[in-house]
Amino acid sequence: MTTTRRDFLGTSGSLVVAFAMGRPRAAGAQELPRSLGREPSLDSWLRLDASGRITVFSGKCEIGQGIKTALVQIVADELDVGLASVDIVTADTARTPNEGYTAGSMSMQTSGAALRQAAAEVRQILLKEAAGRLGAATGALSVSEGRVRAPNGRGVTYSQLVEGADLRGEARGEAQPKLPGERRLAGTSVPRLDIPAKVFGQAAFVHDLRLDGMVHARVVRPPSYGARLARVRPVVNEVPGALRTHRDGSFLAVVNEREENAVAMAEDLAARAEWEGETELPPADDLDGWLRRQETADGEVSALGVDPASVPSSMRVKASYAKPYLAHGSVAPSCAVAVDRAGELTVWTHSQGVFPLRASLARVLGIAAEKIRCIHMDGAGCYGHNGADDAACDAALLARALPGRPVRVLWSRQDELRWAPFGSAMSIDLEAGLDDSGRVTSWRHDLWSHAHSTRPGRQPTFVAGWHLAEPVPLPSALNIPQPFGGADRNAVPLYDFGSQRIVEHFIRHMPVRVSALRSLGAFANVFAIESFMDVLAAKAGADPIDFRLRHLSDPRGRAVVEAVRESSGWVSPVKAGSGRGFAFTRYKNRGSYLAMVVEVSAAGGAISVDRATAVVDAGEIVNPDGVRNQIEGGIVQAASWALRESVSMDSSRVRSTDWRSYPILRFSEVPEVSVELIDHPELPPLGVGETAQGPTAAAIANAIAAATGERRSTIPLERAVV
Amino acid sequence: MARLRVNGRSHDVQTAADAPLLYALRNDLGLSGPKFGCGLGQCGACTVLVDGRATRSCIRRVGTVAEDAEIVTVEGLGAPASPHPLQSAFIAEQAVQCGYCTAGLVMAGAALLQETPDPGDDQIRAALDGHLCRCGAYGRVVRAVRRAAGEMRR
Repeated sequence: MTTTRRDFLGTSGSLVVAFAMGRPRAAGAQELPRSLGREPSLDSWLRLDASGRITVFSGKCEIGQGIKTALVQIVADELDVGLASVDIVTADTARTPNEGYTAGSMSMQTSGAALRQAAAEVRQILLKEAAGRLGAATGALSVSEGRVRAPNGRGVTYSQLVEGADLRGEARGEAQPKLPGERRLAGTSVPRLDIPAKVFGQAAFVHDLRLDGMVHARVVRPPSYGARLARVRPVVNEVPGALRTHRDGSFLAVVNEREENAVAMAEDLAARAEWEGETELPPADDLDGWLRRQETADGEVSALGVDPASVPSSMRVKASYAKPYLAHGSVAPSCAVAVDRAGELTVWTHSQGVFPLRASLARVLGIAAEKIRCIHMDGAGCYGHNGADDAACDAALLARALPGRPVRVLWSRQDELRWAPFGSAMSIDLEAGLDDSGRVTSWRHDLWSHAHSTRPGRQPTFVAGWHLAEPVPLPSALNIPQPFGGADRNAVPLYDFGSQRIVEHFIRHMPVRVSALRSLGAFANVFAIESFMDVLAAKAGADPIDFRLRHLSDPRGRAVVEAVRESSGWVSPVKAGSGRGFAFTRYKNRGSYLAMVVEVSAAGGAISVDRATAVVDAGEIVNPDGVRNQIEGGIVQAASWALRESVSMDSSRVRSTDWRSYPILRFSEVPEVSVELIDHPELPPLGVGETAQGPTAAAIANAIAAATGERRSTIPLERAVV
Repeated sequence: MARLRVNGRSHDVQTAADAPLLYALRNDLGLSGPKFGCGLGQCGACTVLVDGRATRSCIRRVGTVAEDAEIVTVEGLGAPASPHPLQSAFIAEQAVQCGYCTAGLVMAGAALLQETPDPGDDQIRAALDGHLCRCGAYGRVVRAVRRAAGEMRR
């Protein structure tokens, strides 16, 4: 069977894969950034009011990565105003451009580039207007804090220029954004704008939204994915404040005036509900074998040179790697508020994509998308497709049942860990040939995986939809094609091997709910490739870093590798019982570069990750501390995934439902992390949110091998010890 | 019905005696600092001070809190115009990614610094070990608590 990669084209499902329609440009004009090309009206992106305040509109949203701050920096820079003069509105179907999902570490490349160009164009229009009023050439004008000055000392403010300057035209690609040396704010560690509200306990999250007349809802889910509601035994104890017990097929929910009473109602209803049927889940003790036994759609991801099997070599080496299902485990359960006012539905959500969410809600509710407004509000840290969209659907269904009342749905911790999608389990075989000089001459990579995105958008994929009397079942799974890749993300090696075949065995069957988890398939692929490179280096008798450099020609890749060798003290001795491990990646083969060294100690069988040193080249860095924060957090989270995490299930139910049964890394266990940045202000930004995931796992496995002599190739790496 | 003393003022709340304190704080008093994270006392997002002790408000029942017990939430600790040194330190260290666990961490830090004004990093980690930060801002949080301790000793 062959994969039909064309399936994916035309979907808006997973990534911002924007297809810019080339508009005719004036001579000398440059191609517009993709997002701006799709939505060229300047006032879709930027508005100035008569008081001189600037409002930025972005289709991207804050998911804990600091995007609002970085976008404000870019605009304030281009317009020569202070940060305090700029407000930002994000991801609102009624107010902002449609920029698809905030995913794939793409926001700086897409929204950042669009806003920088839009701001440059607005600045040019304002300067033209100022030149006329001040009687000076535009080139002679200077701007500071929103005030335009002519050489003769006369000046005019943006607020005075707004009347007269038409800022509602279309971007033309004729304005030149500032050159790196002219930037004042982009490239500096501006403190994040959203942090104070969160530190002072102000209402900062969708969880904190309180509307007049708002009521509280809880959903009662089945015990197993495929279970159906058979019957509900009658109420014995009435809970005060009950507004509604809602049943639509197997979708069960309660609504109460008070939150604690909604919880009590849900507990009572759960005890009275009888379910039948169940989904058979993969065997916990043979997940890897199960993956390989599934029917697959096989496709060649990459083929370079002759068939690896035909390349003569002095040594052939094979290894297998495995990764279990992993949970997002956002620290807040999913939440949404929805209200239906005269058939117009408004949904406040922490979804990563308000426009695709709206399209899917329209399908499930059977109403026009124009009747729905989805507004993003912050949720807890989002590492991909968690329960946010599902909670929005839950709230929308219940709001339709209670017109006029804002309905707030909050998932339980148990449901968040049981019902939110997981990152797919994966299994990988690697095989390489080495020649006498210790060079890799052939490379083969086979991977088995489910889909890595089942986000709503192309079609609805909400949990509630599966359970409705008229169900909206999950559509068939699609893989995200190269060059981004889904299951095969980062499966193509970054090294020069001459002969390579990368083959994907895509499993369409999804008994376990899976979707996008930070870095998608890259986590397992980089874990495997970079673990295997250490194995090969040992066979070749080479230092692991030297061995990589022997096969790495990309100068930016070499630069991060060489820099981390220096800053980590790679060649200095380690203390007894400790070991260092190295790993390298370029996320998505086209995003940011990262090389890292991890130091672990293995005392009495327990593994402790003590230190991690990373060097990153992310192209232009708009906010260095923001980038550091993302890389530090990515390393800590990936260390937790790699060492400890695995969704546990029995034959029909997910069993890891709280922080005891799904433990993650804690304060006393996290490594000291240092991050060094190689800045390239002259190059495009490359995105950093997901780069650290794969290399962290590999560097830890390599460090464990260095410390103990034992090579671990199955995540969670701790498990072999216990 | 219960009477609670929160951030220096007494309030009557509608929350039943056997309901978690968290709902009284959030829904009767309109406070947003204490967060629902797990409802099981496992993650720390709901942490407030009750008579100076770090307390998980998602599992502490309203009826077990004395009328005159002093409950402090992150809103009562400090405000933008008069920040507590811990709040200033979390901002200075940018010790936040999504910020959902932050208020609970600030409160646990406050409880620690009342008892131990000059904690070492290991003491800070031990005091915060029952708090989860899925974004992985742990290192920055330790630095923020250390910085606040230094400020408060001045």
